[in-house]
Amino acid sequence: MPTTDEIKRRIEAAIPESTAEVEDWTGTGDHLRATVVSPAFAGLSRIAQHRLVYDVFGAEIGGPIHALSLTTRVPEQA
Amino acid sequence: MSSDTNPIRDAIAEAIRDNKTILFMKGNPEAPACGFSARTVAALQALDAPFAAVDILPDPRIRQELSAISNWPTIPQLFFEGELVGGCDIVMEMFESGELAETLGLEQPAAAPVAVPDAGGSAPLGIENRLS
Repeated sequence: MPTTDEIKRRIEAAIPESTAEVEDWTGTGDHLRATVVSPAFAGLSRIAQHRLVYDVFGAEIGGPIHALSLTTRVPEQA
Repeated sequence: MSSDTNPIRDAIAEAIRDNKTILFMKGNPEAPACGFSARTVAALQALDAPFAAVDILPDPRIRQELSAISNWPTIPQLFFEGELVGGCDIVMEMFESGELAETLGLEQPAAAPVAVPDAGGSAPLGIENRLS
């Protein structure tokens, strides 16, 4: 089962200029929650934004990663 | 492995086509088997949204085929007029912002607490029961 740090690193490596915060909701590692901020989300529907994140993990979602709850955002304009 | 006939996939596609609002979930609206499904059901019920529900648990192939159709890995999945609206996170975000009511063509209640509501009518569709 991937750790929250590993999930964070993989999201940040895969999605351009992203920052991810990943927390373990239940303390048991099987319900993780990630907040991901990236300019790559600009102009995309929420569905498309979440798909970008889910695609980082492919079939691991629902398998080793039992549940990954997502919030995605475009960085606020300066 | 690939075959021209895929009755489970066909039944899922048909259910999505034939039901204006349909939720694929773990368990059924009266007894959700997962917190994410429960929250999604509660949001729909708080809007008095009529919806069909399919329990994906009876056969692992339902989830497999559903995710292949929707390109979405997690359960629940809410569809409206044939389009994926989202999973629990998106549905809850949309509920809280009022977008869910708007998307489903419903009125947002003045105060919209997601309390666990009474089980509302919709009988679950049994995909697995429709396979001969």
